[in-house]
Amino acid sequence: MTIRRAGEHALLVETGSLEAAHRLDALLRADRPEHVEEIVPGQETVLVVAPDADQERLESRLAGLLASVTDAGPARDETGTAAGIVEIPVVYDGDDLDSVAALTGLTVAEVIALHAGSEFVVGWLGFAPGFAYLIGLDPRLHVPRLDAPRTSVPPGSVAIAGPYSAVYPSASPGGWRLLGRTDVRVWDVAADPPAKLPPGTRVRFLP
Amino acid sequence: MIEIVSPGPYATVQDLGRPGYAHLGVPRSGAADAPSLRLANRLVGNPESAAGIELTFGGAALRFGDNAWIALTGAPCPVDADRRPTGMCAPVWIPQGGTLRVGTPREGLRTYVAVRGGIGVEPVLGSRSTDSLSGLGPPPLRTGTVLPVGGAGPSAAIRVDSAVQGPFSSCPPVRIVLGPRADWFTPDAVAALRAGPYEVATEINRVGVRLRGAALERARGGEIPSEGMTLGAVQVPPDGRPIVFLADHPTTGGYPVIGVVAARDLPLVAQLRPGDRLWFRPVPGVRT
Repeated sequence: MTIRRAGEHALLVETGSLEAAHRLDALLRADRPEHVEEIVPGQETVLVVAPDADQERLESRLAGLLASVTDAGPARDETGTAAGIVEIPVVYDGDDLDSVAALTGLTVAEVIALHAGSEFVVGWLGFAPGFAYLIGLDPRLHVPRLDAPRTSVPPGSVAIAGPYSAVYPSASPGGWRLLGRTDVRVWDVAADPPAKLPPGTRVRFLP
Repeated sequence: MIEIVSPGPYATVQDLGRPGYAHLGVPRSGAADAPSLRLANRLVGNPESAAGIELTFGGAALRFGDNAWIALTGAPCPVDADRRPTGMCAPVWIPQGGTLRVGTPREGLRTYVAVRGGIGVEPVLGSRSTDSLSGLGPPPLRTGTVLPVGGAGPSAAIRVDSAVQGPFSSCPPVRIVLGPRADWFTPDAVAALRAGPYEVATEINRVGVRLRGAALERARGGEIPSEGMTLGAVQVPPDGRPIVFLADHPTTGGYPVIGVVAARDLPLVAQLRPGDRLWFRPVPGVRT
């Protein structure tokens, strides 16, 4: 557990786990230190960008918070429960169901059952606005990305790659394997907040 | 309104971007050389945050549907305002129907055009900036694009005749704070980064500036668990060729960041052209 300088204006807090990163993220959002512009959780980190802050003072504040989130243990899960669980209905008719079945040695029905039977949590966002990396994919469904990414994947596509699942928030190129599609809009610039799946949100897919 | 007669090689609307959404995967965006946009806005009495036009390698022609006060800053270009030669870094009057022609910059890369009242395209998440990575904001300017003027908020009196900017060096020293992942690299790599120079490759855009020079060898393999990326981060992919992140950089990434360019020096990097060179220098007094 370390706090690292990321330039003159940001600190990268190593939390050691995703859960602790989410707890720190929630604490910082609930009681935002002065001048903090961005709070960006990662897999085992939280990046805190604060160009106008006294970095030494911010670092000591973060060190105190870090101690509390890493001591908290797994029982306290205020971020996940506070957000509730988001249910995403899916039509499982994706173009890559057969290739995923072939790669995993499962039937298509088993692929769907495993995906819909898991509870996910949003780890972090990246790649595109509203693109949430969902953690919790059954290890039997861990498959590599496509060798050649598609030039355009429609919004609402439900996909997997490596240890992650995701819902494509907008039309974009993409190399993840498509299992199905949903009508749920996970990204809407007119909504507040614009992303339906911020870090720490629990997610379940409904077939 | 302003009609784009020619956008030049690449032109976009930019203000100071949309900070505060990085955790939702939204790049900051905004002017790549923010101090130049701020200066252009001040020259025409706008709030510094007003939206202007960011030209890349000049070459643009803009026709003004109404009388307008404008100012150009950043990479210095020959400028012709309604057939009168004029200059950079000064308020310039364009009569209704007049055309502003901007030539090729003699140094630097990005030129900013501010218009009194600001560019009035519809904001997205609080900003009018084109985000070239995510597609948020207005599309890049094309011949025939019509931009509304207005919406910048209250204007101040135009009080300054001219300002001084530059020069835009093609071989600047650039201060860098090592970390957060300098320990992923060999001591030789860290020394090589500081020994420089690094040359700007042809792959440059608003996302980042790819550099050529001594490859930065890693002390360990694998990828970093995905973590937040910051403006000015010098990210090093497995090929060892560093990339300096500019305004449209991705919000998270898995390649280690060997150092972060000092905020006041990042505009210098945003003004470099392919073939230019830079020298990384430590920031005095910053613990890493």
